[in-house]
Amino acid sequence: MRFGNWFEIGRMDELARQDTPVHRLDARAKLLATGAFIVALMSFSRYEISALMPFCLYPFVLISLGRIPFGFIFRKIIIAAPFAIIIGIFNPFFDRQPALVIGSFAISGGWLSFASIIIRFGLTAGAALALVACTGIYRLCAGLERMGLPRVFAVQLLFLYRYLFVIADEGSQMKRSLELRATGLMPVGLRVYGSLVGHLLLRAMARSERIYQAMVARGFDGEIKIAQKTSFQSADWTFLFGWIFFFTVARTWNISDWLGRMLAGSAP
Amino acid sequence: MHMADALISPAVGGTLWVVSAGLIAYCARKLKQTMRDNLVPMMGVLGAFIFAAQMINFSIPGTGSSGHLGGGLILSVLLGPHAAFLVIASVLTVQAFFFADGGLLALGCNIFNLGFFPAFIAYPFIYRPLAGGAGSVSRSWIAAIVAAVVGLQLGAFSVVLETKASGISELPFGTFVLLMLPIHLAIGVVEGLATAAVVSFVARTRPEVLAAAPVAAEDKTGLRPVLIGLAIAALIVGGAVSWFASTHPDGLEWSIAKVTGKEEISGSDGGIHRKLTAVQEKTAFLPDYGFKSAEAAGVNAEKASAESAAVESESWPAVTAGTSVSGIVGGLITLGLVCLIGFVLKERRINV
Repeated sequence: MRFGNWFEIGRMDELARQDTPVHRLDARAKLLATGAFIVALMSFSRYEISALMPFCLYPFVLISLGRIPFGFIFRKIIIAAPFAIIIGIFNPFFDRQPALVIGSFAISGGWLSFASIIIRFGLTAGAALALVACTGIYRLCAGLERMGLPRVFAVQLLFLYRYLFVIADEGSQMKRSLELRATGLMPVGLRVYGSLVGHLLLRAMARSERIYQAMVARGFDGEIKIAQKTSFQSADWTFLFGWIFFFTVARTWNISDWLGRMLAGSAP
Repeated sequence: MHMADALISPAVGGTLWVVSAGLIAYCARKLKQTMRDNLVPMMGVLGAFIFAAQMINFSIPGTGSSGHLGGGLILSVLLGPHAAFLVIASVLTVQAFFFADGGLLALGCNIFNLGFFPAFIAYPFIYRPLAGGAGSVSRSWIAAIVAAVVGLQLGAFSVVLETKASGISELPFGTFVLLMLPIHLAIGVVEGLATAAVVSFVARTRPEVLAAAPVAAEDKTGLRPVLIGLAIAALIVGGAVSWFASTHPDGLEWSIAKVTGKEEISGSDGGIHRKLTAVQEKTAFLPDYGFKSAEAAGVNAEKASAESAAVESESWPAVTAGTSVSGIVGGLITLGLVCLIGFVLKERRINV
């Protein structure tokens, strides 16, 4: 976990607090649409590239309408990319049959499927990040809970998110004081590590005890109430079914190919 | 080892979603029965602790690299398997939502791989029997290391199975196993050391914290025989393979260099390189051939284009230059259109 990420997570909250047409949509509509998007995208055959292009529309629309800076999403996608690249990069080595021919230049199936993996990674990650940036953790959890997520787990997500910053702050204070006192000795040995992280753990637990006391003092009876009652409006239905219709069309017919044939006139 | 959406088929992702959702529901119900009220904030804060603890590294003796706490095992030790599973699942969910670290479709896989094995296999069946009561220090160290290694090996092996079943990566099964298991053997040892260091510190300073952890699943749900069978099967496979594999703890890059290096070596002694040149020679004549067959297959192509894209692309070896070009042109046009739409939507809100 890089340090930079911590500040960005606060940025995500800021973005989620905006008020735009997509922010106003019910979280469930956005969750279901994003799920349909990912499933439709991943159900293509592994060599598909051109048919994936229409799918760019979904994250682009969320990002544009939700007033989310494109660079912010892009940077987060790049940071998360290594795993997909590492696994995908093997495809060109193991699949060398030519699959695409442009003039006398042949591209092997492996490079094609690698490109397909990278595009799909960018699109799925982008859609997920855009979803969170225009919904926010609170509405997301409330939506998930109303879709059947056990309450204990929804509450756990909210608690975790709320105390991420607090405990991370303590962790970074510890790290900083360690760096100041033990110059050149970083990273520390196992024994010192045990006591450092152990102290962090004990502090976290002590804090949870204080939180609990404060909750009890305010009438906590073992049940957390999530106070977010939204109902599906016509805009939510339109959003959800509009996108599902679009995904179905784009999944069934290759829109890019059709456009290309119409404009380039190279009907085979 | 967070899996990304781009490597998972909807079938595999969906199946593991169902499995993980079932486990979450099961754990939530179990917790509700035995819930101590103060567990609610405790679980939240410990999840945050896992994030924070990953900022602090320790040096791994004799290698010059460094490691940190992973989380699954120590959470199980502190909270018991059910609460630990929920905390791990919540940590992974937050990572997927806010850091794009593991995708949404892959979330079920990730929760299963990183949550189920440490909480429901490694902790109850390895850590607890090995560590015994609050007795000897060396036993708890050994227990933590063995449990962490087994948990991560099983998780890594299941990453391989899920990726393989999805059929998007071309990595051969054996190569992938040899790539993942040795790396996660090293990571497992590191995780075990870190867990043991923290647990033994807590045992020295605040032993009552550890004593409060609920005992492992002593319920008789009938889940156990299935799990044991699964564990043994996976252990045999995973253990056997990683036994033969090198345990050089230099991380992922080294393994990849090794794999790709091997690839080159096998290429130089004939096989693949020669084949590739042959393929290239063949493709030089392809345009001519391609257009001819396109003409012949014109009627078929017309029909095929009306069918689903999946069917069309399954017959990919029979690509023609014509379809390739129209695909590329069309793809670029579509991308341009999409960008335009996004741009217009953005402009509009500035004007409004």
